[in-house]
Amino acid sequence: MEKLIEQFSYGLFFWQLIILLIVVVLLGKFAWKPIVNALEEREEGISSALAQAEKARLEMSRLVNENDQLLKDARAERDIILKEAKELKDKIVVEAKNQAQIEGAKLIELAKKEINDQKLKALAEVKGQVSTLSLEIARAVLTKEFENQGKQDELVADLLKDVKLN
Amino acid sequence: MSQNMVSLKRTLKYFAVILLSVAPFLSKAEQAHDASAAAPTESEKISAHIDHHLQDDYYFTFFADEEADVKYGFSLPVILIDNGLKVFMASEFDYGKKTVEKDGQFYALSHGKIYKTDAAGTLSYDDHHHITNAKPLDFSITKNVVGLLLTAVILFVLFIGLAKTYKKGANNLPKGAGRALEPLVLFVRDEMAIPNIGLSKYKQFMPYLLSIFFLILVLNLIGLTPLGFNVTGNISVTLCLALFTFFIIQFKANKDYWKHIFWMPGVPVPMKIVLAPIEVLGMFTKPFSLMLRLFANITAGHSVVMGLIAIVYLFKTDLTVGGSVGVSMILTLFIMFIELLVAFLQAFIFTMMSSLFIGMAVQDHHDEDHH
Amino acid sequence: MIPSIVGAGLIVIGGGLGLGKIGSSAMEAIARQPEAASKIQTAMIIIGALLEGLAFGALILGK
Repeated sequence: MEKLIEQFSYGLFFWQLIILLIVVVLLGKFAWKPIVNALEEREEGISSALAQAEKARLEMSRLVNENDQLLKDARAERDIILKEAKELKDKIVVEAKNQAQIEGAKLIELAKKEINDQKLKALAEVKGQVSTLSLEIARAVLTKEFENQGKQDELVADLLKDVKLN
Repeated sequence: MSQNMVSLKRTLKYFAVILLSVAPFLSKAEQAHDASAAAPTESEKISAHIDHHLQDDYYFTFFADEEADVKYGFSLPVILIDNGLKVFMASEFDYGKKTVEKDGQFYALSHGKIYKTDAAGTLSYDDHHHITNAKPLDFSITKNVVGLLLTAVILFVLFIGLAKTYKKGANNLPKGAGRALEPLVLFVRDEMAIPNIGLSKYKQFMPYLLSIFFLILVLNLIGLTPLGFNVTGNISVTLCLALFTFFIIQFKANKDYWKHIFWMPGVPVPMKIVLAPIEVLGMFTKPFSLMLRLFANITAGHSVVMGLIAIVYLFKTDLTVGGSVGVSMILTLFIMFIELLVAFLQAFIFTMMSSLFIGMAVQDHHDEDHH
Repeated sequence: MIPSIVGAGLIVIGGGLGLGKIGSSAMEAIARQPEAASKIQTAMIIIGALLEGLAFGALILGK
């Protein structure tokens, strides 16, 4: 302790005081303040940049999500449309088939009818012709037969016989 | 519990062993001292040399040839205030061999101090071999002042340069030495100022904390160069630094701090009365321990380094010149690395403790929550 | 009278024991909670410095 007090010197203390004051004041003004402020500014810049990047990342992921949703929706819509189209097609095909069948049936019906008609017509014609022909033949025969009286009587008798039988 | 007892017992045993082993050396040392009263031995010369190095000096000596009694270096200006300003070069003392006469007043240099004396240069001693002559007020540019000025210049060059790099924008990264300085500035801010003082108040103390951190760091480091500075190992310097912290604490302290000192909240009244003087004492022991810690660490470091270098001379005959140089080199190298660590650590601890004490004084205490 | 060098030795022993205790506790704490290592180290250095201040104070005042 004694040695320490002996070592103490006012001069050195004085110079140390002056130099420390100068260092604190001048360096404080020209170095520490700008350095500390710049470091703070830089840190703020970095943190704000990080925050912005985070924001951008969130936005990006939101957009990606949205896109995904959109794509999904579009896909679903496409599926629905395709399904609907298929259903429609099936329906149309079925309907067309039915229509065709009905149409075909109608046509067949008509054809049948026509055929029947024609047949009936033809038959009627044939019948007419046959009857005409038979009449002609009958007339011819009768004309021939009735050239003599005997035969006419005979025929009348025959006919009458038939009538009696009926 | 039993483990503690065992370790206590062991500790006591160690004490006994150490006491017994030290005792013979003590008597031996005294004998040696008696024997060598006439001519200084090698080891006494070395210890005188170390003492001389630890002291401030009016000369800047690089080499000394003791046999030829020639010193290579230069003397520094002496500035005395004693009935007016007196300025002269220390070389006029011729290393204490001559008295200097200025305006009818004679001055003598003895053991690194300037005393007022008469024309014959007589110095009177008291019983304890202390010089009783009056001392003039001495504001000389001594070796340590040169060291301080050099450090201040280094700090100005480094940090004004660093500040300049940020002028072009905060994102302009420093180059060269600034790259190492910027993390140190951040270290002071993030490890000391912010955790101890708090985010809201740290900024006003940053200039002081950065100044003392770098001042002590650079002073410690130039103390390790062969230039022979021992600035932070001088009590005047560390006292000044500690007083700065002390006054900053007292002037910046808030109401809570004074309340904690004089009327400790949350304890019974008798305790408050007992605690007040203890707290007042604590006010002064804090800077006192700051002062002593830095001084003692650096002084001890310088003594150890110089002592290890002295191995070269002390064991020259026992180990041969090569052997003693080798041993000294290895040990000094090892201690030098530790001293580099200490140089940094002491700057850190001084700044850390300063910010801790400042933080204790300025922080908003939440006593209601704690007590 | 006991020479002051013995007192210095006792101070150093006491300080050494204290530092050892601080160091060992800090090591244990760091081993237990490695994530808090930096905080523990800072606290360790502060307490070590306080102890050192005490020891140096005693050494220098006693000298």
